[in-house]
Amino acid sequence: MTDPLSPPPKKDPQKRTRVPALPSGMRSRAALGLAVAAAEGRFMLQGCEACGALQYPPRDACSTCLSVDLKWRDVEPTGQLIAETTVRTSTSVYFRERTPWRVGSVKLDAGPSVMAHVHGDVAREAAVRLINRLDKSGQGVFFALPVDGSANMADDPQLRELTADPKFRRVLITDARNENSVALAKAFADAGATTIFVGEPEGWRPYPHRAALAAIANVAIVPLDVTDTQSVTELAGEIGGKTDILVNNARFIRPGGIMDRGDTVFARDEFETNVLGLMRLAQAFGPPMRNRGADGVNSAAAWVNILSVYAYANMPAYGVFSASNAAALSLSQCLRAEMAPGGVRVLNVYTGPTEDEWHQPLPPPKVAPSALARSVVAGLKDGLEDVYVGDVAKDLIERWRQGPKLLEREMIAEAGEAR
Amino acid sequence: MARARQAYDGVVLAAPTTIPYQRFSTETAHWWIARALAECLKTAGIRPAELDGFAVSSFSLFPDTAVGLTQHLGLTPRWLDHIPMGGASGIAALRRAARAVQAGDVDVVACVAGDTNQVDSFRRMLSSFSRFAQDASYPYGAGGPNASFALLTDHYMQKFGATREDFGRICVAQRDNALKNPHAVMKAPLTLDQYLSARMISDPIALFDCVMPVAGSEAFLVMREDDARAAGLPHAHIRSTIERHNAFPEDAIQMRGGWAMDIDELYAMADAKSDDIDLLQTYDDYPVISMMQFEDLGFCAKGEGPEFVRGKDLTIDGDFPHNTSGGQLSAGQAGAAGGYIGLVEAIRQVTGTAGPTQVAGARTAMVSGFGMINYDRGVCSNAAIISGAGA
Amino acid sequence: MNAVDIKSADLLAQMAGAIASGSIEVVDLTHTLDQDFPVIILPPEFGQCARFRMEEISAYDHRGPAWKWHNISLCEHTGTHFDAPSHWISGRDIPNGNVDEIPVDRFVGPVCVIDCSAGARQNEDFELTPEIILDWEKSHGPIPADSWVLMRTDWSKRRGAHYLNMRDDGPHSPGPTPDAIRLLVEERGIRGFGTETVGTDAGQGMHYTPPYPAHFILHGAGRYGLQCLNNLDRLPPTGAVIVATPLKIKKGTGSPLRVIALVPGKDA
Repeated sequence: MTDPLSPPPKKDPQKRTRVPALPSGMRSRAALGLAVAAAEGRFMLQGCEACGALQYPPRDACSTCLSVDLKWRDVEPTGQLIAETTVRTSTSVYFRERTPWRVGSVKLDAGPSVMAHVHGDVAREAAVRLINRLDKSGQGVFFALPVDGSANMADDPQLRELTADPKFRRVLITDARNENSVALAKAFADAGATTIFVGEPEGWRPYPHRAALAAIANVAIVPLDVTDTQSVTELAGEIGGKTDILVNNARFIRPGGIMDRGDTVFARDEFETNVLGLMRLAQAFGPPMRNRGADGVNSAAAWVNILSVYAYANMPAYGVFSASNAAALSLSQCLRAEMAPGGVRVLNVYTGPTEDEWHQPLPPPKVAPSALARSVVAGLKDGLEDVYVGDVAKDLIERWRQGPKLLEREMIAEAGEAR
Repeated sequence: MARARQAYDGVVLAAPTTIPYQRFSTETAHWWIARALAECLKTAGIRPAELDGFAVSSFSLFPDTAVGLTQHLGLTPRWLDHIPMGGASGIAALRRAARAVQAGDVDVVACVAGDTNQVDSFRRMLSSFSRFAQDASYPYGAGGPNASFALLTDHYMQKFGATREDFGRICVAQRDNALKNPHAVMKAPLTLDQYLSARMISDPIALFDCVMPVAGSEAFLVMREDDARAAGLPHAHIRSTIERHNAFPEDAIQMRGGWAMDIDELYAMADAKSDDIDLLQTYDDYPVISMMQFEDLGFCAKGEGPEFVRGKDLTIDGDFPHNTSGGQLSAGQAGAAGGYIGLVEAIRQVTGTAGPTQVAGARTAMVSGFGMINYDRGVCSNAAIISGAGA
Repeated sequence: MNAVDIKSADLLAQMAGAIASGSIEVVDLTHTLDQDFPVIILPPEFGQCARFRMEEISAYDHRGPAWKWHNISLCEHTGTHFDAPSHWISGRDIPNGNVDEIPVDRFVGPVCVIDCSAGARQNEDFELTPEIILDWEKSHGPIPADSWVLMRTDWSKRRGAHYLNMRDDGPHSPGPTPDAIRLLVEERGIRGFGTETVGTDAGQGMHYTPPYPAHFILHGAGRYGLQCLNNLDRLPPTGAVIVATPLKIKKGTGSPLRVIALVPGKDA
C-alpha cells in the first residue's frame, strides 16, 4: 500500500529551486494521438478500419494488413503485468532526479503488449488497469494501476508526476464574487489543499456569499481584480511564488449578440475579464509557476481556465460572450506552449450554461457550481487538459467533432427557434 | 521442405581486423572506420583505390553513409552497401558480400563496422534510436537498452526459473576470456560474488550485465577463394547462414529470436550438428540474450538455458568455448562493431590466428547476430557456421 | 486701457501674490484617481460606469527606453467628477449642455458650504431639507445667485465598503430632498450642487419623486453637479471660490477633473 504523502516542509531559503527538467517529449505525429486521448483521460489505441487489428506503438500502416486507415478507438484498459524493472540509472535528467522508477510490460487483454509506468501497489505479474495520462512533457504515457484502489493511491510519487493533485498544494481561485467560488473553495479544501487564496475584486461593495467563503478552512481572501494590471501584479508579487494551482475563474457575462446590444460596452468588459484577464494573470503568475514546475511535493502543477463550451461554436444569444471565450481558448493554447518548459499543465474546463443569474431564463440542464467544482478537482487529480462538464458541453463538443460547420448551422437554427 | 540453398562455394572470409577499443574517443566514426579499413587492406596487400567492394555499418556516421565514405576515404568501389542492423550487421554484410563475390559482381568486399564514443553520444543516440523507441519506450524512464533488456530478463527469470547466478556464469566466463585478450577494455578479473553484489542498474540488470559503450572498429574481407590462396591469406569457408527479421511478433514479450524459425536450415545447409561446433560466438549485449541463443541455436531446448550454463564451462579452455575474445560484455561494445566482434574473432579462431584467445583445435565456429531494439525486442537475428583449416 | 482693466489686472496680481504668500490658500477638493475608488453601481443588466484603469506603455525599458507613460481608461463619471446637464434625460435638450459647450467662465465661481456632517454622522440616510438651508441662511446670509452649493457630510473620509455603504436594498448615503433642490435651483438660482458622495443624490435617491431629484432638477434647469469631492471640511461656509474645469470632451456628459478651491487665509 502506498504510504501517505507527508506535508512538504517549509522551503529552505538557502536552497536553489530545482530547475524543471522534462521527460523526452519527442514523438512521431502518429504517437501524438496518445496525447490527444490523454488530454481527456481516455485510454485509446489505433485500430485498423480494414481488418480490425489493434496497433501499438502508434503506426502509419496496419501491421496485419498494411491498410493505412488507422483510427484511434477506446480500448478496454485491462491487462497483466508480465515483466517489470526498476530503473536506477537513466540518461535523462528528469528520470535521473526521480529514480528509482518502476516500469513494466503489460499484456493488454485487448491484444498488444505495451510498456508502462507502474504504480507501487501493483504486485508482480498482477492484473492491472491501465490509464493514459499526460506526462510532464505533455505527451501521453501509459500507467499501470492496481485493479483495486487503496486509500493513498494518488500519493504514489510516480503517479503524482502525472497529476496535479491539490493535496498539499496552494491554490489561487480568482473572483470571489463569482457565485461558484464557494463551491470551488470547498472542493479544494476537501481535496486537501493547504491554502486556498480567493481573489476578491472591488472589496468596496459587498456580495452575499462572502461570509460562507471566509468560513471555509484554509481560505484566505485576497484583493485581486483581473481587469486591473496593478492589482494582479501586486498579488503575484506577494503569492506568485507559492501559487501551485491557479483557477482562472473570473468571467464577465451578459446575454446578447452584436445587433441586440448595439454597443461595445459589455463586449469590452467581457474581453477585459475573459481574455485580457487571463493574459494579465498569466503575465504575472505564469513565470513563477513555470519556474516552480519541479519544486517538490507542492510544485506548481496546473493552471485552470473555466471556459464556456461556446468557445468552440458561437451561441448567438450569448454571441459576444462566446467570442470572448473563443479568444480565451486560443490564448490557453498559447499559454500551454509557454507553460510547457515548466511541465505545468493547462487544464481547460468547458461548461455549458451555468446555474446563475445570467442563465436564469434558460431551460435546464444547467451546470451547478458544485458540479463544476467537482469536475475541476477531478480533472486536476487526473492530470487532464480538457474537461467537458455537464450534458450540454459534452453534447456540443461531440457535435463539434462531427463537423464544426454542421454545428454552426445547428447553432443558427437553434437561435431562430428561440426567437 | 524448402528448396535447397546454393552453397557458398569459392567464397572465403579473410583478414580479420580489430582496432583496439577505447572507452571514450574524441575522434569520429570516419576515423575509426578508416583505421580498420587501412589495416585490413594492408593485411591483404590491397591499395585503397583498388578496393572493389565496401560494406559499412555505423551508428555515429551521421550525416554520412557508406556513400559519403567513398569520397571521404578515396574509394572507387563497384559494389557498395550500408547495413543499419546493429548487432546483426556483421553476418548481414557477410551474406550480401558473399553472394555478390560468388556471382562475380565484385571480387573482394571490405566489410567494416566502427563507431566512436564521445562523452554524450550514448544519451543522444538513445533518445532518437528509432521511432518506436522514441514514442513508446524512451519516455518510460529513459533507461535505454538496460531497461528494455531488464524486462526481457525479468520475464525470462519468472518463466524459466533462471537465477542471477546463471547469468553471472556467462559474464564471469567471458571476463576470464577477456583477460587473455590484450585489447579488451575490461582487464580486472570478475568473480561470481562480485557479479552478484554489483549495484543494480535496472532490476534485475546489474552493473556487470551491461556492456560498456566504447569506441572501436572491426573489419574482414569477403573474397574469392582463389584470390585468398594466391595472396597466401588464411581464410575461412562459409558453410551456412540464416537471417530473419521481426520474428514472432505475436509473442507478448521476447523469449526467442528469429533463429528459432530457421535453425534447422542452418544445420542442414552446413550438414552439421550442434556437436560439430567447436566454439560459439553469440551476440551478448546482455547475458539473457546469449542464453536465449544457446536455446534457439539448438544447443539446448527452450527454457533449458539456465541448466545448460550450470553444466558447461564457457571459457576458452572449457567444454563449450563461448565469446572467446571476452565479447562485448568484457571487451566493450563499439557501437555497430558489436555486430562484428564475434564474427571477426571466429574467423581468427578457425584460421588458427586468434593468438592468446585461441581455442585449441578449433575448426568450426557458429556466430550469431542480433540487432536493434526497435521498441521492446531485438528485431534482426542471423547466424552463420564457418570453418577453416585451424591452426 | 480704461480704469476697470487696470483694476482687474491689479486684482489678478494681488491674487497671485496672495496665493504665493499663502494668504489665499489653495485647497484640493479632489480624490486621487485610483483603481480601487468606488464608482456608482447600477443593476447589472444596465451598462456600468467603468472603473479607473491604467496600463503601462513603457517604463524606461525595452518598450520605450527613456520614458514612462500609461494608457488610462475610465468613465466620464469616475472619481471626482463633473456632471453636465446632458448627463440626465431632463437636461438632454439644454443648450450648451455638454462639457465641451459650457462657457469656461462657468467653471470658476463662489461657493457656499452647508455643513451636514453632524447629521450624516448620526444618520447615513441624512436628508438636506429646505429647513436646513433656511437655517444656514440665517447664519450666513442668503445663498447668492449663480454660486455653487456644496453639501459637506465628511463622507469623503469613509473608506472601502463604507463609502457606497451598499446593502441588499441599495446604497445608503446622505443627499438632498426634492424640495431642497427645488429651493436651491428655482428660488436661489444656484450654478451647481456638489457632494462628497458618489452622486449628487442620496444613496436611496431613486425612491424620491422624481427619482434622483438632484440629477433631475439640476440638469433639467441647466445646472451642474460635482461629486466625490474631498476636503470640504477645509472650506468656510462662504467666501471661497472654486475652480472646476472638466476636460473638453466632445459631446461629453461629464468629466473627471481636478477641483480646487481658493480659500481666504487666516490673515485675510
